[in-house]
Amino acid sequence: MGGPVGSSLVSTRTGHPNHGAHGDGTVCETRELVKTYPAARGRRGAPATPAVRATDAVSLRVRRGEIFGLLGPNGAGKSTLVRQLTGLMRPDSGSVRILGHDVVRHPERAARLLAYLGQESTALDELTVALAAETTGRLRGLDVGAARAERDAVLDELGLAPLAGRPLKKLSGGQRRLACFAAALVGERPLLVLDEPTTGMDPVARRAVWAAVDRRRAERGTTVLLVTHNVIEAETVLDRVAVLEQGRVIACDTPSGLKGAVAGEVRLDLVWRESAPLDVPEVAALHGAAEETGRRWTLRLAPDEARAAVAAVTGGAAFAALDDFTLATPSLEDVYLALGGRTKGLVKV
Amino acid sequence: MTTLHETETASGAGAAAAEAPLAPAARLLPALGAVYRAQLSRARVARIPLLFVATFQSVGIMVLMRGVVDGGQEARAVVAGSAVLVVAFVALNLLAQYFGQLRAQGGLDHYATLPVPPAAVVLGAAGAYASFTAPGTLVTAVVGSLLFGLPLTHVWVLLAVIPLAGAALAGLGAALGLLAPRPELATLLGQLGMSAALLLGVLPAERMPVLLQYARDLLPSTYGVEAFARTFDAHPDWAAVGLDLAVCAGVGVASLALATWAYRRAAVR
Repeated sequence: MGGPVGSSLVSTRTGHPNHGAHGDGTVCETRELVKTYPAARGRRGAPATPAVRATDAVSLRVRRGEIFGLLGPNGAGKSTLVRQLTGLMRPDSGSVRILGHDVVRHPERAARLLAYLGQESTALDELTVALAAETTGRLRGLDVGAARAERDAVLDELGLAPLAGRPLKKLSGGQRRLACFAAALVGERPLLVLDEPTTGMDPVARRAVWAAVDRRRAERGTTVLLVTHNVIEAETVLDRVAVLEQGRVIACDTPSGLKGAVAGEVRLDLVWRESAPLDVPEVAALHGAAEETGRRWTLRLAPDEARAAVAAVTGGAAFAALDDFTLATPSLEDVYLALGGRTKGLVKV
Repeated sequence: MTTLHETETASGAGAAAAEAPLAPAARLLPALGAVYRAQLSRARVARIPLLFVATFQSVGIMVLMRGVVDGGQEARAVVAGSAVLVVAFVALNLLAQYFGQLRAQGGLDHYATLPVPPAAVVLGAAGAYASFTAPGTLVTAVVGSLLFGLPLTHVWVLLAVIPLAGAALAGLGAALGLLAPRPELATLLGQLGMSAALLLGVLPAERMPVLLQYARDLLPSTYGVEAFARTFDAHPDWAAVGLDLAVCAGVGVASLALATWAYRRAAVR
């Protein structure tokens, strides 16, 4: 296959300079990457844990200018995988190439090829927003003048200028995250590795993040590797997504391509007022297939079955007990479950 | 195993990609300067109350010891020991805690994913913590000299004692913080190191058992204390002062090298 896989299907983003104009250059490639955390002996207060294969033969290829996502629930191995790509962790076996460089053999080169936004802000917490950005830029090899100029530009771009003099510690979680993102942008890199960048952000900050990413992609062909457990975010911003489950890639395609794999299903959510009227035979019949979360039932059905179910619950005795219902086309969460994902840890906000 | 992603990797295989140019790495001195400046600003925000604590602690010890010590050689040891104790508190204890927490909470990832020489991170932080001790050490030395009626003529020697003893203790503190498997252990080791500096540095050496005197000789802060104590003489033995400071410098180089090694080890797990 190869070529512009499904690029025309991804309609949520503007501008797609990667396919075609910039060719099909590989920015990041892993082959048969394996990382196992050794078993830990039990200690007082901490039970013994068996060895965990956190990365299990992962082979991926990220192309230039792509926003490539790693989607999976907590503990799926997303961060472990990313740590191996950024040179922070050495894989047990397998290879990682970033822009042609062997990062397993030369982990120190990763810092000169990519910018990484980790989940922790400890190193920057007690600095002001401006100093955090400037210092990060200087440590990325910029001289004082360039670091300050880029700092000012990035803080303006992200709307952080009014907070420039405040220590990160004093900011809200979302603002602090945005400040760390700003620091990641100072000192340009062709690859941005962002580990759950928008956690805790309000919609304004999220938009600022994605606008900044889009701008870099359009102007410089920047590639983004994004770790997320947020399904909605994955569907709207990603060009391609690898779905991770217990250290393994269980699928890798465009969001729409993945959803096409489960196109035969729709999702029906039923919310009951108090409890489900199980005395209604049609409702009792659905009960077996429903996944229950409090008063909510989630059903994955073929379209005609779903229509019949909606007819049954919206007419007659069941309707009195029904609080709300939604009928939806499959989301990436449905894809994840359909592919055999077992953990229910994906976020839908 | 046939999964969707294999079809992705199969295409374009064999195209041995040329290596893209690397962005320049940060050079040692500019990076050191940037870390130093950032750490100093952190310390200003977060550590001023602790500096007061360190200074009051040292002044308090001197006030207490006034009832025990009656001038002369012992008074000099108390004043010099209390002054250097401020350095031990900040450079050894607080820096061990800082690196211990940074390591435990994943904060080292930030530095490890920047093209910065490990020595710049360690030296920048150690230097910032050491220079942060300067005002407290000076205040302690001046107050102590007034309390015990010692001359302030050679107090300038602290300008050499603070950076050199600071380097030795900060290197030790950073190494402890980076090597300790858990942050609580780093805190504990830092506290122990400071307690040792307190007991072995402030109490007059002549009254100690032989074993403790050996322990005192092993502690890098001792040489800073001795160097400073010697300068209270009317005619200081400058050669001995120089030798003490040289020991501090030597230990400083060694402990900072150890800390740099510990940083590399901690940064890539």
